[in-house]
Amino acid sequence: MKSRRFYMDKIWIALTFAAVIIAIIPLASILFYVSVNGIPALNWDFFTMLPPPPVAGYVGGLGNAIQGTLILVALASCIGLPVGLLSGVYISEYGRNFYGRTVRFLGDVLIGNPSIVIGIFGFYLIVIPLQHFSVLAGAVALGVIEIPIVSVTTAEALKLVPNSLREASVSLGTRNWRTSLLVVSEAKRGVATGALLATMRVMGETAPLILTVGLSNFWYSGTSAPVGSLTAFIYYYATSGWTPWVNLAWGAAFILLVIIIGINIVVRILTRGRGTNG
Amino acid sequence: MVSEVLDIAHGIYRKLEAPGTMSSGLKVEVRHLNAFYGKKQAIYDVDLPIKPNQVTAMIGPSGCGKSTLIRCINRMHELVPDARVEGQVLLDGEDIYGKSLDPTQVRRRIGMVFQKPNPFPNMSIADNVVAGLKLTGVKNKGRLEEVARSTLQRVNLWDEVKDDLKRSGASLSGGQQQRLCIARALAIEPEVVLMDEPCSALDPTATAKIELLISELKSLFTVVIVTHNMQQASRVADYTAFMYLGKLIEFDETTTIFENPKEELTERYITGKFG
Repeated sequence: MKSRRFYMDKIWIALTFAAVIIAIIPLASILFYVSVNGIPALNWDFFTMLPPPPVAGYVGGLGNAIQGTLILVALASCIGLPVGLLSGVYISEYGRNFYGRTVRFLGDVLIGNPSIVIGIFGFYLIVIPLQHFSVLAGAVALGVIEIPIVSVTTAEALKLVPNSLREASVSLGTRNWRTSLLVVSEAKRGVATGALLATMRVMGETAPLILTVGLSNFWYSGTSAPVGSLTAFIYYYATSGWTPWVNLAWGAAFILLVIIIGINIVVRILTRGRGTNG
Repeated sequence: MVSEVLDIAHGIYRKLEAPGTMSSGLKVEVRHLNAFYGKKQAIYDVDLPIKPNQVTAMIGPSGCGKSTLIRCINRMHELVPDARVEGQVLLDGEDIYGKSLDPTQVRRRIGMVFQKPNPFPNMSIADNVVAGLKLTGVKNKGRLEEVARSTLQRVNLWDEVKDDLKRSGASLSGGQQQRLCIARALAIEPEVVLMDEPCSALDPTATAKIELLISELKSLFTVVIVTHNMQQASRVADYTAFMYLGKLIEFDETTTIFENPKEELTERYITGKFG
């Protein structure tokens, strides 16, 4: 005769297991569906050609969207990584005061901030004054999304560096900025992980891009013009109803998925040996 | 505005007190030192003379303020949030808390070895030794290699690590790590070396090696060592200060402190009646 506690235990384990299945099913179906529909859409033309007009018989690709996404993420990182990194250093190394705690709190709030809000911010601050959509506005919007993520992850990574190392550095007559640099280098895996996660996050953003960069069917033509991006094309093409466009949207979704999985694998490798080597 | 006037007044006050110290023959002189953590006072009006090329030990029960005191001597105490210091610490007659001296300059002249060995884990053994030089901008590779070799020889670590200079400093044993940290402190050629319980995390063999090293170092440096081990103080120190509850109870030659203390409190402590 098994006790009641024995059965409660079994039910509990079964419940948690069921929850895992429920969580995995949608994830697995996304991977499966995007792969099944996306892979056939990929060919040489997809990477090299411009989007086709919605007329039967034309072939085309999303080469400009791949280019646009890479340029946007690179420019955004030019803003987001240095500002985020330095503010993270401030929060962790010098911010043990009211100002530092406030910055940290705002960082947490900004991370949770819906990205469309930042899109509106870019729209009214840059797009309206300049009278047109632009790469610049998009890069600023994505950069602003990146800043708090990099900042908070950097601060957390630096806080894991034991204080004894800061003391060792300071006791050698080192200036503050040198000590901070040393602390960052001791925490470089954690800092790099945060930077990668932030990059990954903005690569998948759509709403802020639609509000700031707009869309372009042509190759990149400078920071003051609109540009195509993978996510914006997915948004417009997937709902277009025109089969060649829908297929291109699947292809774009698959490429994004592969990049995101790739970044996650790199992050995994970076964080694997943690504790033994920073 | 008011604080500026006070600073100037304070400076004049310090200058008035300063004469005579240059000829005192002391390397470091702690004068009327009070140290605080926020509102809590940790050091009460301590005066301590430290002679050049001698080993001065600070002993006393846990929490007596000996570590705080030693950290006031190279301005490490103020790194703790809300910590502050009142009084003077004269280095060759010059107040290290004065306006003319920068804390980083003070710390280059007064090096420190910590309780737990703390080599930089992402640096090689050689890079750890010359970390202080590198972090203060020395780039000449030949000079860095030469300093690494001579300093490792000075701390008797060279023969043990000469074939593994590229290995991580964290791969060494605890005693070797501590000698590496001593080498790192010596490589910037300080005048005074502060050691905050440098052997408390080490086994007896490693401790003996460090104690031997301390007695070798005093021909070149002035050494101040905090220890909770009274035998260690009697073995390595020329002078010993006994502290209790943040106050300096007695300071004298080590033999006097251990054989003929003037204060009853000191006698009770060294005979193991409390602490």
